Amino acid sequence: MEAYLDNSATTKCNPKATELMVELLTKDYGNPSSLHRKGVAAENYVNDAKKKIAKTLKVQEKEIYFTSGGTESNNLAIIGYAQANCRAGKHVITSSIEHASVANPFGWLADHGYEVTYLPVNEFGEISVEDLRNAIRPDTILVSLMQVNNEIGAIEPIGEAGKVIKAVNPNTAFHVDAIQSYGKLLISPKKMNVDLLSVSGHKIHGPKGSGFLYIKDKTKIKPILFGGGQQKGMRSGTENVPAIAGLGVAAEEIYTDFEKKQEHLYELRGHFIEEVLKIDGVSVNGRQDKNAAPHIVSVSVEGVRAEVMLHTLEDRQIYVSAGSACSSNKPSVSRTLKAIGLKENLLDATVRFSFSVETTMEEVDYALSVMKEVIPKLQKYTRY
Amino acid sequence: MYSAFLIKYAEIAIKGKNRYIFEDKLVSNIISHLKRVEGSFQVRKENGRIYVETEGDYDYDETVTELQKVFGIVEICPVILTEDEGFEKLAQDVICHINEAYETKNFTFKVDTRRARKNYPMSSMEISAELGGRILEAFPETRVDVHHPQVTIHIEIRPQINIYSVRIPGQGGMPLGSAGKAMLLLSGGIDSPVAGYMISKRGVNLEATYFHAPPYTSDRAKQKVVDLAKKVAAYSGKIKLHVVNFTDIQLYIYEKCPHDELTIIMRRYMMMIAEHFAKEDDCLGLITGESIGQVASQTMQSLAVTNEVCTLPVYRPLIAMDKQDIVTIAEKIDTYETSILPYEDCCTIFVAKHPVTKPNLAYIKKSEQNLTEKIHELVQTAIDTTEVIWVDAEQD
Repeated sequence: MEAYLDNSATTKCNPKATELMVELLTKDYGNPSSLHRKGVAAENYVNDAKKKIAKTLKVQEKEIYFTSGGTESNNLAIIGYAQANCRAGKHVITSSIEHASVANPFGWLADHGYEVTYLPVNEFGEISVEDLRNAIRPDTILVSLMQVNNEIGAIEPIGEAGKVIKAVNPNTAFHVDAIQSYGKLLISPKKMNVDLLSVSGHKIHGPKGSGFLYIKDKTKIKPILFGGGQQKGMRSGTENVPAIAGLGVAAEEIYTDFEKKQEHLYELRGHFIEEVLKIDGVSVNGRQDKNAAPHIVSVSVEGVRAEVMLHTLEDRQIYVSAGSACSSNKPSVSRTLKAIGLKENLLDATVRFSFSVETTMEEVDYALSVMKEVIPKLQKYTRY
Repeated sequence: MYSAFLIKYAEIAIKGKNRYIFEDKLVSNIISHLKRVEGSFQVRKENGRIYVETEGDYDYDETVTELQKVFGIVEICPVILTEDEGFEKLAQDVICHINEAYETKNFTFKVDTRRARKNYPMSSMEISAELGGRILEAFPETRVDVHHPQVTIHIEIRPQINIYSVRIPGQGGMPLGSAGKAMLLLSGGIDSPVAGYMISKRGVNLEATYFHAPPYTSDRAKQKVVDLAKKVAAYSGKIKLHVVNFTDIQLYIYEKCPHDELTIIMRRYMMMIAEHFAKEDDCLGLITGESIGQVASQTMQSLAVTNEVCTLPVYRPLIAMDKQDIVTIAEKIDTYETSILPYEDCCTIFVAKHPVTKPNLAYIKKSEQNLTEKIHELVQTAIDTTEVIWVDAEQD
């Protein structure tokens, strides 16, 4: 049996999306900027995808800008907004557990004359809205928070944060990194007072190299790529029509029968947590109830290094991540795990299981049975 | 511009009656290296010389780079080969060569002429003097300096006339395949690929043994070793790589022996297994990347204890080298970037905080007695399940 439980790293592409993409690579392969009919056809696919996506967020179509994925969306939102609004102030706020594609743009801002405030998190990886309220100043131009943490699945209080930001300083923009939450939670940027929202395609069964940034109408942003002026000059470069169309299909699909899908994920997660905790030396990081993301479980196994756990499971066709996949080719201590105060000896003994709507209970049970078998054996050989 | 290269080799010339064996190896090695370069090449031996001649278009830089990887070549001289059509034609060719080969001409030079064919109407001195004059006339910014010239223009009167002045250093060493075969203990580190390269440079063909320990080491660590072998194979030719699963042996030692002796005992078993494959494949020695005192397992005492399990000679070309010098070679042969990829290798998984640095053979052997029950079986299984991968240089 195979169990791919690394869906927060990436997912399998939706077959309908794949099929459409092949067609767009081989038949309707026009450039949306071309004046002839092949160009128009391509443009229609882009507009159609925009419409589908706008519907999932209940926003306007013109507020959707396609990018190459989550990293670009985050960069455009943070760097683009900060540069366009630097005269209003140079203070920005983010949390201490952001993904590298948010943390590093903030590092860049810090190097370029901006002042960055990093909000701490509690043991569950959640920021406090009070801390946020106290951090906002008259010269605060931007707050950026992730909605779901990619390593432990913590849900940040985005709705309350939005209210507080607009109440304290209505000129402060609010960016949300929704890369791990889109398709897993219901998101309404308007109700949540969100001005900018980043999404990646391949985390929701869309193609890699696809993503978008929601930019609330009238939000001032400077582009970070310059060229032919596509997408109203916000993101130059020929639109990746196949990826955009694939993303549109995947987005529509993931929000169809959404409650059922979410319930399925919570069921898998609840069962997995309950069973895995029965194994000696195993603990689960973050909240175990429904106040955390439905698809991520961070598991620490005392005395078993994450890499060893990962390769042992891999040997049985079970695929997981060590800490966070995005940093796995550079073994470094996870900022998130440190920030929630995880014990020193568990920092490199933590693996992440992440489910998708396609994950079955059988796969989860299979993973559990293998873990019950191998963990006691692995714990026998501890290292120094 | 050049349609031929003159290949110079040094040590081979003194090999007496065996000289032709070395030369023939070198010729065939040059041929197989040049197969990686686009173009058609003829390699021929003539009176203690090797010429590489090109037919039609070829990439000069690629050809030189490839020739620079061939062990046994001391110098590569792009050469102009012409028929003897009188001195006037020779002078023209020389002027033309200088014009093309040097962008700026304000250098000092001398002309060095040799006549292998003594029936040429002028003496060597006359030719040099006359050509020197012609060059000064054609390029007034040049100056003659017969003691320390910046450029030496070589004229050799052989059946054909050879004109060359550019001399590109080669690898040196001995032609591959002229010595024998040895088994390299290849880890993912910086040292062992360098050690393999250095021994191979003396004409030695390589096989390699790598120990992995899944699930403690990953597929990427194994891929890294294959990639390193590929880089070494660019010089040493195809490498037969034995990949040994060492996990069970390692865990058994961990269970039964004092943990501070783990590494040293482990290394003894590695040497034993590598030697098994070495003997099976007629290797004449083992190669390791050890260097005195670099780590606990490479103190003189440790080396003596690991060496004790082998009957074949163990070649340790890095034994007296400093790390930085090893790194310099690793960078030169392009293994460094791969070596520093951060995948764990099996030597570091269970390494003790304070491993023994001065092991005593008697104590180590006593500890090894705890292993008698199962170790032979485990070693046999490791040997039986070893995977063989043939690794060759990457074609660019």
